[in-house]
Amino acid sequence: MNTKALQRKALDVREDIVRMLSLAGSGHPGGSLSAADIGTALFFEVMDVDPNDPKKPDRDKFVLSKGHAAPLLYACLAEKGFFPKETLWTLRKMGSILQGHPNMNEVPGVEMSTGSLGQGFGTAVGMAIAGKLDKSKGRVYALLGDGELQEGIVWEAAMAAAHHKLDNLTIFIDHNGLQIDGTNDEVMRVMPIDEKFRAFGWDVRVIDGHDMDAILGAVKAAKKVKGRPQAIIAETVKGKGVSYMENAVGWHGKAPNAEQTKQALEELAAARAALK
Amino acid sequence: MADKIATRQAYGEELAALGATEPDLVVLDADLSGSTMTKYFKAAYPDRFFNAGIAEQNMVAMAAGLAASGKTAVCSTFAMFASGRAFEIIRNAIGYPHLNVKVCATHAGVTVGEDGASHQCVEDLALMRTIPGMTVINPADGVSAKLLLDAAVRMNGPVYMRFGRASVPIFYKRSAKLTIGKAGVLRKGDYIVNGEKRFADATVIATGIEVAEALAAAELLEKQGIHVRVLDMHTIKPLDAKAVLKAAKETGRIVTAEEGTVLGGLGSAVSEVVAGSKENCRVAMIGVQDRFGQSGKPAELMEEYGLTAKHIAKAVKGLLK
Repeated sequence: MNTKALQRKALDVREDIVRMLSLAGSGHPGGSLSAADIGTALFFEVMDVDPNDPKKPDRDKFVLSKGHAAPLLYACLAEKGFFPKETLWTLRKMGSILQGHPNMNEVPGVEMSTGSLGQGFGTAVGMAIAGKLDKSKGRVYALLGDGELQEGIVWEAAMAAAHHKLDNLTIFIDHNGLQIDGTNDEVMRVMPIDEKFRAFGWDVRVIDGHDMDAILGAVKAAKKVKGRPQAIIAETVKGKGVSYMENAVGWHGKAPNAEQTKQALEELAAARAALK
Repeated sequence: MADKIATRQAYGEELAALGATEPDLVVLDADLSGSTMTKYFKAAYPDRFFNAGIAEQNMVAMAAGLAASGKTAVCSTFAMFASGRAFEIIRNAIGYPHLNVKVCATHAGVTVGEDGASHQCVEDLALMRTIPGMTVINPADGVSAKLLLDAAVRMNGPVYMRFGRASVPIFYKRSAKLTIGKAGVLRKGDYIVNGEKRFADATVIATGIEVAEALAAAELLEKQGIHVRVLDMHTIKPLDAKAVLKAAKETGRIVTAEEGTVLGGLGSAVSEVVAGSKENCRVAMIGVQDRFGQSGKPAELMEEYGLTAKHIAKAVKGLLK
């Protein structure tokens, strides 16, 4: 896909997220929207995945370590064709395959059940080790939140990935600066993220996480790195694309009401019109 | 009963042997391979051994990732750190997705000895059995440890296995047929009076190293004219409810014995089955009574925490009063 098409797809994904959450009546919009461009780039340009053969050998794998951004993952998978889009409207409902946090045994295309922060990253390291053992062409991608970096297991996993020279592992850190109780700086400072990962032996780049070309360029460069795992720190805006959610702590984990949903969809439609 | 071996030693030897027949087997450890005995696998198959460093949570997460990629992942550390520190990762990254990981924990129970309370995990069986779909196995001796490890590695799904530090007597034969989820009847205890068949007077349902104590208790009691059935409940989950109910119906008295807390472990599991049945059966529990461990020699600790054959025999007699 070209950049324009990817930008349009990211708007589709954002619309799906808003609609899903509105219908579900709960969920996590802020961190889903902040990483929407990253998710879109991975599923629609970067990764070798096949919705008609979700378990195909040597595929690329994506682990949503910040599992609360499940709406983003579900939207990407549905847009890609892993399951019908109508399924999205069952999010968080009794009996739905789309649980509040992803379940790998229910949803085609979900590689790991996540939700408890930090664990997805550790499992992605395990997958990358398996990839090396099997001499797989497939790469492993993981998406982490910035608040998630406060979990101790993140640094255990970061150490292990560098120790095992997992150059088949690329992680994105969705650095939107906010978490449930406030800013990262107020709650528990995580900066400097880049220096921390460099000190752990990682290849590090910092990009604008809403610039599609920057995301693709960073992945392209990361894939060329030998002997080291790569961290792409994406500077993002929490709630990106919906004005009243942007940079607002309160929109970490709540759904828009009917009026707010209408406004959000209008804003996204306007953004789409501006792209043409 | 002459030969003695620690179940962790048997585990390490068998794991290395399995490396030859199970090409997808990978092993992880957290800087304790010389104690958990994964060192034998590490030496034989260095490419399939991964040291997580002193990072048990990530070890378990990596094992989950390897299992999700088609490997049979075995990970080892001390029971305290496996079932305690890494509990939530076992629950969420292995149990919930039902991944093919075998958490093989060593140095369980108070017989860890001199290291004291911080390292004496008595909670693992109780904790692990709360995870849906988790198979929980606690072998009694070196031979059954090997046989049950074989079965655990060859079954699909998450398993927690418990091994001990101290040497314990061997009483199983390598030709024994052990099935996960099926209690072993090591001593039937039924007897004949005036040509009439009687069921055993009581049943001791033991697990892990308490099985040897239970057998010794049965010997002691036999000399006093008390006939005891002994079951090896090597699988805590899924529990062999059929064997428990049979014992409840036929003998009416059950003593459970485990080298762990009585809160939530084997005793609780057996009691849940009995309480939910129509059988009129009394249950007494041998185990650690809501206490932390302490430093000492294994034999001293077994005595202090009431885990010896003598204590089991006393509990049986208590139920016969």
